[in-house]
Amino acid sequence: MTEPMIQIRNLQKSYGKRKILKGIDLDIYPKETLVILGRSGCGKSTLLRHLIGLNTPDEGNIIIKGVDITTASEEERNVILKRMGMLFQNGALFNSMTVGENVALPLMEHTPQDNSIIKIMTRMKLNLVGLSGFEDFAPSQLSGGMKKRAALARAIAMDPDILFCDEPSAGLDPIVAVGIDHLILKLKSALKMTIIVVTHEMASVNLIADRICLLHDGEIKFLGTKEEMRASVDPYVVQFLERQPDEDQLDPQNYLDELVAD
Amino acid sequence: MSNLKATFGQSGRDLAMFFVHVARMTKLTGQSLFWTFAAPFKGKKLRWGATFVQMVRIGVESVPIVGVISFCVGLIIAMQAAYQLAQFGATIYVADLVSVTMCRELGPLITAILVAGRSGSAIAAEIGTMKVSEEIDALQTMALNPIGFLVVPRMLAMMVVVPCLTILADFIGITGGFVLALTNLKLSFVAYFNETAEALYAKDFITGLIKSFFFAIIISQVGAYQGFNVRGGAEGVGKSTTTSVVVSIFLVIFADLLFTMLFFSTL
Repeated sequence: MTEPMIQIRNLQKSYGKRKILKGIDLDIYPKETLVILGRSGCGKSTLLRHLIGLNTPDEGNIIIKGVDITTASEEERNVILKRMGMLFQNGALFNSMTVGENVALPLMEHTPQDNSIIKIMTRMKLNLVGLSGFEDFAPSQLSGGMKKRAALARAIAMDPDILFCDEPSAGLDPIVAVGIDHLILKLKSALKMTIIVVTHEMASVNLIADRICLLHDGEIKFLGTKEEMRASVDPYVVQFLERQPDEDQLDPQNYLDELVAD
Repeated sequence: MSNLKATFGQSGRDLAMFFVHVARMTKLTGQSLFWTFAAPFKGKKLRWGATFVQMVRIGVESVPIVGVISFCVGLIIAMQAAYQLAQFGATIYVADLVSVTMCRELGPLITAILVAGRSGSAIAAEIGTMKVSEEIDALQTMALNPIGFLVVPRMLAMMVVVPCLTILADFIGITGGFVLALTNLKLSFVAYFNETAEALYAKDFITGLIKSFFFAIIISQVGAYQGFNVRGGAEGVGKSTTTSVVVSIFLVIFADLLFTMLFFSTL
């Protein structure tokens, strides 16, 4: 078995009294596509924010390529961050810059190349996501799907080893969404990256996932391949796959108590 | 009883939050100063291009408004002074009053208030919008420090242009006094000029500039802090923008008081 790219050990996080992550243990291997699946509020975005170093856990460790990013110094963490790309849910393109400047920014800041080479690299990345010729457009002039593509181009600008995607198909029509999924597949085979995708769309899971990690209530409910997931008899997995609603558990007395509680 | 408790509880929380804000803003200012003056020696480059853009936006573009307002203020002080001094036939001392007041006090203060309203709020809105649209997070995942990337160019630009605008305000304010002296008070140009030159000492001018330099730090830091502090969407941005103007003007006047006390007792 190869050494895991990312090791998550006993990751815990609370906001106030609410415990969002209740001790996550997870290994992510090189060149696999892991989909973190779960309903809204299950902690999947929080988990992702920990992985990219935006949040620090209350307890537990995240070891990426042998470096524990929860305890690493800023310099050590920056070295790891430069080898990672992140596609935000709404793209998070810098609105004050053009599409080309957005893609060029990490290259300008972190590589010693001069402008003409960066220009060519920017063009290559935009070409890869199907946006050649859009360098001089402002992000606000792009459609939702094109913004995601541009953001993806920026995320892969530094040829990262690991790509994180937060809800890549959220807010897109099904045709554009499947286009983004295919693009992720294409990038995966072209750039040989480890890809971690957070989503709740089963359609895109079926297309891109090598392994699936189903989160529920801050815990891993299921971890395995698509086939294993379909074969699972765990009631929550079945409920998720078959899109069954929660049963209403309304206790009238509790409800009354809640209403009059001070 | 519970009302009483609620009232005191709320004011207690507000007071505690006040100190939290003070501590956090002090920390942000410390980090900004570090990224401006210490980090460049550790191989982190300053973003001169962005700084220059901000200098144009904060400085050059506020020249007209600073000019007009300080001219008006200079004229106003001259008239108010003349109203009193005319009783003693001492209208020539309008020159002293206008020039000293403009350089020591009103030049720096008016400039700071205008810049807080024009550019401090813009910093808060810009950074706040970036925060809401996850652009700040994106910077961090690219291993770019938001303070070095966003705050330092704005602070550096303000440190340069606010004193420059203050010099401009000083001169135009004094010109306002000149205009009244020549037209209404019938004083000669040479007499008024000589009186002004005699009344003004270098220290009057310099203490004003020292003040304006610190006002620049206050305004940029309050703007940035309010921007980073935005919670919620567009409404949060609006709130922070308003707060940034109120807080900067308050802090500017408070700092002005401290500096004036210091200069009053020592210089």
